[in-house]
Amino acid sequence: MTFFFQNVVNALQWGSFYALIALGYSMVYGVLLLFNFAHGDIFMVGAYIGFFVVSGLLAVASMSSLLLPNWLLLVLGIIFAMFLTSFVGMLVERVGYRPLRAAPRASAAITGLMIGIILETGNLALLGARRVSFPSLIATTTYNIGGVSITNKKITIVLVSLLLMLVLHQFVQRTKWGMAMRATAFDFSVVPLMGVSINTIAALTFGLGSALAAAAGILFSVAYPVLDPYMGITIGWKAFVAAILGGRGSILGAALAGFLMGFIEIFVVVIPNPFPTMFPFSLFPAPYLFPSTLRDLVAFSIILLILTFKPHGLFGEAHTARLRL
Amino acid sequence: MSLLRVENVTHYFGGLRAVHNYNLRVEPGQIRGLIGPNGAGKTTIFNLITGIYTPTEGEIWLEDSSIVGLRPYEIASSGLGRTFQNLRLWRHMTVLEHVKMAHYSKISYGLIGAFFGTPKRHREEAEIEEKANSLLELVEVRPLADQIVTNLPYGALRRVEMARALATEPKVLFLDEPTAGMNPEELTRMMDIIRRVHGELGLAIFLIEHRMKVVMDLCNTIQTLVFGEVIAEGTPEETQNNPRVIEAYLGEEVVT
Repeated sequence: MTFFFQNVVNALQWGSFYALIALGYSMVYGVLLLFNFAHGDIFMVGAYIGFFVVSGLLAVASMSSLLLPNWLLLVLGIIFAMFLTSFVGMLVERVGYRPLRAAPRASAAITGLMIGIILETGNLALLGARRVSFPSLIATTTYNIGGVSITNKKITIVLVSLLLMLVLHQFVQRTKWGMAMRATAFDFSVVPLMGVSINTIAALTFGLGSALAAAAGILFSVAYPVLDPYMGITIGWKAFVAAILGGRGSILGAALAGFLMGFIEIFVVVIPNPFPTMFPFSLFPAPYLFPSTLRDLVAFSIILLILTFKPHGLFGEAHTARLRL
Repeated sequence: MSLLRVENVTHYFGGLRAVHNYNLRVEPGQIRGLIGPNGAGKTTIFNLITGIYTPTEGEIWLEDSSIVGLRPYEIASSGLGRTFQNLRLWRHMTVLEHVKMAHYSKISYGLIGAFFGTPKRHREEAEIEEKANSLLELVEVRPLADQIVTNLPYGALRRVEMARALATEPKVLFLDEPTAGMNPEELTRMMDIIRRVHGELGLAIFLIEHRMKVVMDLCNTIQTLVFGEVIAEGTPEETQNNPRVIEAYLGEEVVT
């Protein structure tokens, strides 16, 4: 049982990363009907911006012999990095996607992949191939709750992610921008007639999605403090799959599917081997049914199976293609 | 000074001339109608004036300023509101939210207001809700204010769309087939509402209609459009008795 809860904690942590990134995919799709395939790399950019912000804050703090507590540095780091990364997202929208608003969807997809490559190689060109390590702001403390060991980092990651999702939900429900985003997602052709510019809403959506990706980037760096230019690719694709699984355009769906993704991934490799001595299980004499090398294969197969029965995702709904302005 | 002036507007889709040399003057308080067979270019004219298309040639003036080439959201905020032939509502948003959305540019409270419920937010929300509710009252959907639009009957949806257009406080309201697909009961109700809206808000209305009864009853002046050209313009009586209009609607044999 403790083993089970131990894995629940791990799944929650990974689920947080996936959910935060998937939200960006899903919001942009909801509003603009395109997938921003550079989003995984925006996660990477966010992590790097977070790295520079936190390093800068640490340097300033040590120079001015200001005694800022580390948790405050982390909070400031997250806020600044989210803010700065949102501008990266808006720039991507302005330069990459806005000129293609009326172009076929494939053009936007190709552009997204290209922007991703530019961000990765741009990072390589600027910073070189060495990896950087994120300053360790929080010393790891391990709590033992009924045999389950939980680190303070994991608690922080899950709580900050949940808080951000709550803030996003409130933003979408309560502010006029959120209302305009929802309206745009349902039928954008009427939105300009309310005196609202679609371009503003598009920029806002990209900004918000990128800010969440940046938060995911920093939280990821807290848990796994080695940054490299390609760190966003795999996690980005997995979050994309989560966004599809949740239902394109659904915020709740993206968040829940992100966590579901985390759970599936963690739990497929800890399914006990039911008959260790029986053929064909005896071929892999292991305590678990699937070796961890098959993690992605099994996880994605499960998702494929879910999508076979729910092709629009868990919270998505079928709709016909809409006219574009 | 006319409220809305459209002068010599011509529009091509590629090689196809959809609208030719179209002129329109809307005076304050008028109800004007635009009729014509399917495909005559009626909706295209709406789209040209509201900025969804930019005319190939011609001038459009709203009061003193030219609105040709402005973006749809700029034209909307300068005083043209419209509805659509096929409903364009936002699934999963409530009736009240639809009308509230139309007040977008007038909502001035920001993030802090939205999250912490400052007095300013409460005041603004109350103000907007009051305005919205009186509009919903006017189009007779007030009791449905908190319903999600997908739950509403068709006739009510049309009226919600109208309330949304009215909430932008237009000087001229464009109605694209406001009674399309309605049963006789809904139709009479809609006509009453259009009359009441016109009377109480005192705005000018420009409407496209298929049903002769509606245009004849509501409009001061009617234009008949055939293949992108206005072939007749006049009062309902003149239009009804104009042989060219009859020909366009009923075919040539009847006339000869």
